[in-house]
Amino acid sequence: MRDFAALFAALDGTTKTGAKLAALTAYFQSAPEPDRVWTIALLSGRRPKRSVTATELREWAAGAAGLPLWLFEESYAMVGDLAETIALILPAPLHEDEPPSLDQTIRALMALTGQSSEARREAILRVWDRLGQTERLLFNKLITGGFRMGVSQGLMTRALAQATGVDEAVLAHRLMGDWLPQHTAFADLVAEDTATGLGSRPYPFALAAPLEDGPETLGDPQDWRAEWKWDGIRGQLIQREGAFALWSRGEELITDRFPEFAPLADFLPRGTVIDGEVVAWGADRPLPFAELQKRIGRKTVPKRLLLDAPARLLAYDLLEDGGEDIRPLPYATRRARMEAMVAALPAGLPLGLSPDIAFAGWADLAAIRATARAAQAEGLMLKRATSPYFVGRKRGDWWKWKLDPWSVDAVMIYAQAGHGRRANLFTDFTFAVRQGNELVPFTKAYSGLTDAEFAEITRWVGKNTLERFGPVRRVKPELVFEIAFEGIQESPRHKSGIALRFPRMARWRRDKPVDEIDTIEGLRDLLNVARG
Amino acid sequence: MADPVLTFTDRGIYCPAGDFFIDPWRPVDRALITHGHSDHARWGHRRYLATHQALPVIRHRLGQIDAQGIGYGEAFRIGGVTVSFHPAGHVPGSAQIAVERDGEVWVVSGDYKVEPDGLAEPFAPVRCHAFISECTFGLPVFRWRPQAQVMADISRWWAANAAAGKTSILGAYSFGKAQRLMAGVDPIGPILTHGAVEETTAILRAQGYALPDTIRAGQGVDAKTHPGALVIAPPSALGSAWARKFGPVDEAFASGWMAVRGIRRRRSLGTGFTVSDHADWDGLNAAIRATGCERVFVTHGYTAPFRRWLAEQGYDAGIVATEFGDDAEEPLPEVAE
Repeated sequence: MRDFAALFAALDGTTKTGAKLAALTAYFQSAPEPDRVWTIALLSGRRPKRSVTATELREWAAGAAGLPLWLFEESYAMVGDLAETIALILPAPLHEDEPPSLDQTIRALMALTGQSSEARREAILRVWDRLGQTERLLFNKLITGGFRMGVSQGLMTRALAQATGVDEAVLAHRLMGDWLPQHTAFADLVAEDTATGLGSRPYPFALAAPLEDGPETLGDPQDWRAEWKWDGIRGQLIQREGAFALWSRGEELITDRFPEFAPLADFLPRGTVIDGEVVAWGADRPLPFAELQKRIGRKTVPKRLLLDAPARLLAYDLLEDGGEDIRPLPYATRRARMEAMVAALPAGLPLGLSPDIAFAGWADLAAIRATARAAQAEGLMLKRATSPYFVGRKRGDWWKWKLDPWSVDAVMIYAQAGHGRRANLFTDFTFAVRQGNELVPFTKAYSGLTDAEFAEITRWVGKNTLERFGPVRRVKPELVFEIAFEGIQESPRHKSGIALRFPRMARWRRDKPVDEIDTIEGLRDLLNVARG
Repeated sequence: MADPVLTFTDRGIYCPAGDFFIDPWRPVDRALITHGHSDHARWGHRRYLATHQALPVIRHRLGQIDAQGIGYGEAFRIGGVTVSFHPAGHVPGSAQIAVERDGEVWVVSGDYKVEPDGLAEPFAPVRCHAFISECTFGLPVFRWRPQAQVMADISRWWAANAAAGKTSILGAYSFGKAQRLMAGVDPIGPILTHGAVEETTAILRAQGYALPDTIRAGQGVDAKTHPGALVIAPPSALGSAWARKFGPVDEAFASGWMAVRGIRRRRSLGTGFTVSDHADWDGLNAAIRATGCERVFVTHGYTAPFRRWLAEQGYDAGIVATEFGDDAEEPLPEVAE
């Protein structure tokens, strides 16, 4: 734990990327190898299965500190981080001695799975009693998850590349997929890749940058290809010898959530990897995202949903063809090979090409973009015909040109404090529009304001609270915000009868009084526009 | 039941039998002031009463005022009550104010800190029947390490920066915290000050508080003339153009709020030192116990949970709404309670 705690302190003690990179690189060269593997796993969002629940941790910590549970909860609401709250309230350790390594600590935690509550409690208390505050915080984070040390996966990969001399893109690929840290040796993890043994491992996704200025800045339209930017789940479909898998962009294996893709395993040629968008499919176009959303988070999909919202993969790109990694080839070439591959498939499979949109010039394309909503798309994607399939976000070759968001003016009626960096700051708000003389809540939003604005609103909430429901404050309906969003759907589950897609605060309308905010009728009109 | 010794009004804490206010936030005829921070010592009262030690800073901040000084522990009769001022350990000159009427004692804590810091007159508990206590840090997550340990951390940070050719800029409130830090840190090099800090420092030094030599940063006094310096500045100077003039710098903030990682990260500060002029959780509880009181009123801070906690400990506990802490030396960054 000691190297790991030192790494954490170094990362936490700076906001400079260069210093973080140096600290990580040094760690990857000097820490015990099993610890390195766990660190890579933790920084890429993999954590050991929970052997202790958050509720147990709270109870045990409050008990050890001699505090009533309600006071623990008040403290947690202020700190905004469970692991940190526990580290702060526990009494000073009585037996601070050489802590076990990160690898030993995690394995010991994993071994607690299935043991009695009493045995697990004793084990956790014993560890708490031996660790200093930073190490306690880290230990608690190992249990609660959410390990964020201000280090992106990209930065971690770069440090690993510097430490090992292995190419960054190769490493990025090696770290994809479902390898298990407890069964992976460091040397294997960072070995130069070979074509064999890929299994179901996906490639790192290429990401587009938002196009802020018009497309005229991109030069000759002839150099570009356009397609719809679909609003579904970005996914990578892998068909290799003995492996059929669908990965989400968050590197989650989602094969089982979409049983209708199973026939693809019988028909796709071996050695095929497709980048595409999973959408719920209507007769000739995708259904609204809300339809697909009903299936997300479900382990098994009821028949009814399979019928109402059948999934389809709209193919964007071909990354592997006949077992060959074709990512370095130009987009136009990859696209041509993908079209040929799809054309050879029998009809009736849940796979189609994301259409290539022909356009005469930038003005023509702008006109097409304006029709995106009717096509159930969020806007357009622009890809340079000569571009390779790169790793991560690289500006210049791929652009997303989204529709301007919709917006309404609404008043804040509830506020709640955030977590982590936003601990102790009111950042999570519920908004309402007018319905006659009433206010109807219709959405929540958390983002879009500056830290200074959140700070000001937080002070305001302190003075304008009408009622408290645990961590939630009902506030005077006084502050008006412009809420921007990407889409709107009917939703019987919500009081307002509508649900927004990606709502956020576009700006704080200090100039606008509450009686001039929008109405529920206005929102329902937008619903009709959205239906086309 | 007899009339209470102190009442709570929209102008501040009031003593009917003595017809005076303690730290009022609106203009009154007679104000007893616990200490010189701006949320306690406000402008516009006709008469002021504060400790001799607190008056120089109060006069500096408020200009021409009609003010009278009083010694710690000195009994002073006002109307039907006797008042006395007792060290609060918060900042130099700070006091708790005891009000006694026919043997019944109420104490207003003002802001206080239990651990002696080597500069402010150390906190002295006062036996009383009712105690009006601040609770800025009234949650059990706030527990300070001994000052010597934190000062050692700050000294190490300064030394490491100096060795790396960087200027250390330490954000601290200009009255109290700034002087406590300069007095407690290991003096490995020159200490430069922001103008706001230097003014208060000069006043306290002239009063006889043991403070090291400091130099006001500005024309002809910068990182070139004083390499490896520690610069003490108000928190608002952190990240400013003024701070950047010192060339390569490393900035840190000294505040009790730095105990919480999220708050420190939000300030985009790599380094935060947990140093507070207020009592921590254990300090609040110890101070209240030491008064032997039965009734407690809690003001500014985590009043709701702290009141409930005290009630569960058997106290007759209430909350008093005040306007302290709004623009204080240690305002909770954004949230109350």
